[in-house]
Amino acid sequence: MSTTIEHVACTFCGCVCDDIVVEIEGSRIAGVRRACAVGRGVLDEYDPEVRRPTLRGREVEWEAAIEAAASILDRADSPLIYGLSSSAVEAQRKAVELADRLGAVIDTTSSVCHGPTGLAMQAVGEATCTLGEVRDRADLIVFWGCNPAASHPRHFGRFSLTPKGTHTPNGRKDRTVFVVDVRPTGSSKQADHFLQVDVGADYEVLTALRSLVKGNDLAHGSIGGIPVSQLKDLVERMKACRYGVVFMGMGLTMSRGRHLNVGELFSLVTELNDYARFSVIPMRGHGNVAGADQVLTWSTGYPFAVSFARGYPQYGPGEFTAVDVLARGEADAALIIASDPAAHFPRRAAEHLERIPTIVLDPSESLTAGIAQVVFPTASYGLDAAGTAYRMDNVPIPLRRLLTSGRPTDEEVLDRIIEAVK
Amino acid sequence: MGEPLTLITGRTREQAIGMHKGKTSPEYRQATARVEMNADDMAHLGIQEGGIVRLRTAAGEVDLSAQAGTLPRGLVFVPLGASANLLVGTETQGTGMPSFKGVPVTAEPA
Repeated sequence: MSTTIEHVACTFCGCVCDDIVVEIEGSRIAGVRRACAVGRGVLDEYDPEVRRPTLRGREVEWEAAIEAAASILDRADSPLIYGLSSSAVEAQRKAVELADRLGAVIDTTSSVCHGPTGLAMQAVGEATCTLGEVRDRADLIVFWGCNPAASHPRHFGRFSLTPKGTHTPNGRKDRTVFVVDVRPTGSSKQADHFLQVDVGADYEVLTALRSLVKGNDLAHGSIGGIPVSQLKDLVERMKACRYGVVFMGMGLTMSRGRHLNVGELFSLVTELNDYARFSVIPMRGHGNVAGADQVLTWSTGYPFAVSFARGYPQYGPGEFTAVDVLARGEADAALIIASDPAAHFPRRAAEHLERIPTIVLDPSESLTAGIAQVVFPTASYGLDAAGTAYRMDNVPIPLRRLLTSGRPTDEEVLDRIIEAVK
Repeated sequence: MGEPLTLITGRTREQAIGMHKGKTSPEYRQATARVEMNADDMAHLGIQEGGIVRLRTAAGEVDLSAQAGTLPRGLVFVPLGASANLLVGTETQGTGMPSFKGVPVTAEPA
């Protein structure tokens, strides 16, 4: 006999789609409706079987694993706590508490995602809105350096391109869509206008747009590979629209200029509010990476790259960010929660995790778990654990427990480790 | 010495789907152990569709299966994953973010 559960939230990406329908048979998910292909994989491929933790590859009792993890962290002079973006807010709070207790560095996947966006926001501010406002009001949408067709497959359908909203009753027909990117993509195919920018020239193009908004003329045929006539057309549309929104991605944060690119975009958006209502929303990747920023900010004052080594929180992008800490060989132990740096970091940074004792909390097998001394197979929030995730527009979404697997949550394991460390 | 080009890395739908089948799965390996190139660049270098190309950056080198993609000349794309990680360095310019995009790279038939 199967049970149907509606309004299930998917934690794959920052859309946190909460309209999914799931069929449960026994302790397994037997059917998924409305999810994208990737979200379906998150739900379908999850194996809720309870597994014991491992210590140097051998299964041990939970108590022994907790003791081993606490011992590693107690012995460390400079432990690193990293990840958190696929965990829940409730566990993220515990991770900060543990970092405070240990005098550790704590960093999240933001640092290799929208960390530069956070730096820009701190420098120039961020005019933003919710995805509900986008759906109901936006008549001009710009996607800059992002490809939702690949990375956020339901974004177009739920929020930005086709949905019919209060002030967009004709859906796609009521919206003009631009894509700015270094190459044609699946997203640019769905846009009305595609502006192909040269690699590494986003800053110049954004500066040109700001200048055009101020009414200056440009004595150039093209800037950053884009004809000035096309930039003028974009600016005219931006100033004349009713409600404009820019979605921005890794094309800005991972390229030359990083936070300076994003700061220039955020400044442009702020200045456009002299003419029309205008907002920007970063396309957050992992399901609760926005929550990690929220939790670290409300508990330490900073969104990522925080060190408690001096007994109080210090902020240091480039100093306390995980890639830098590992590449310099500074961390002498690591606790990795719900992320896989061995799979996603530059090789030379990831290699250091193999040289130091590493502890992993993760519902799934990962490359980092493969090199870790202690591995805790925890529950997956939104599948066999309840919790909270923040959507890319910083709206909190409740995650429900669909399965009763009996696996402990990240929060419970972190609580046990906090109790066990000296 | 290979042809000087520029590397960008990024997510793909296939890479994301493969990730949830497991990072040691054939689907994930197939989705990440490849490079997309401009068709004219491939012809210039004498690389056939599906041929093996050696990419080399200041951080390291890797041999990948080449496919023609919708890229402007001079640009190559490698999906995020173990192969891309070999080509990306650890310099973050004080931000925490390595250069995952815009990396000088050379390409030659392997």
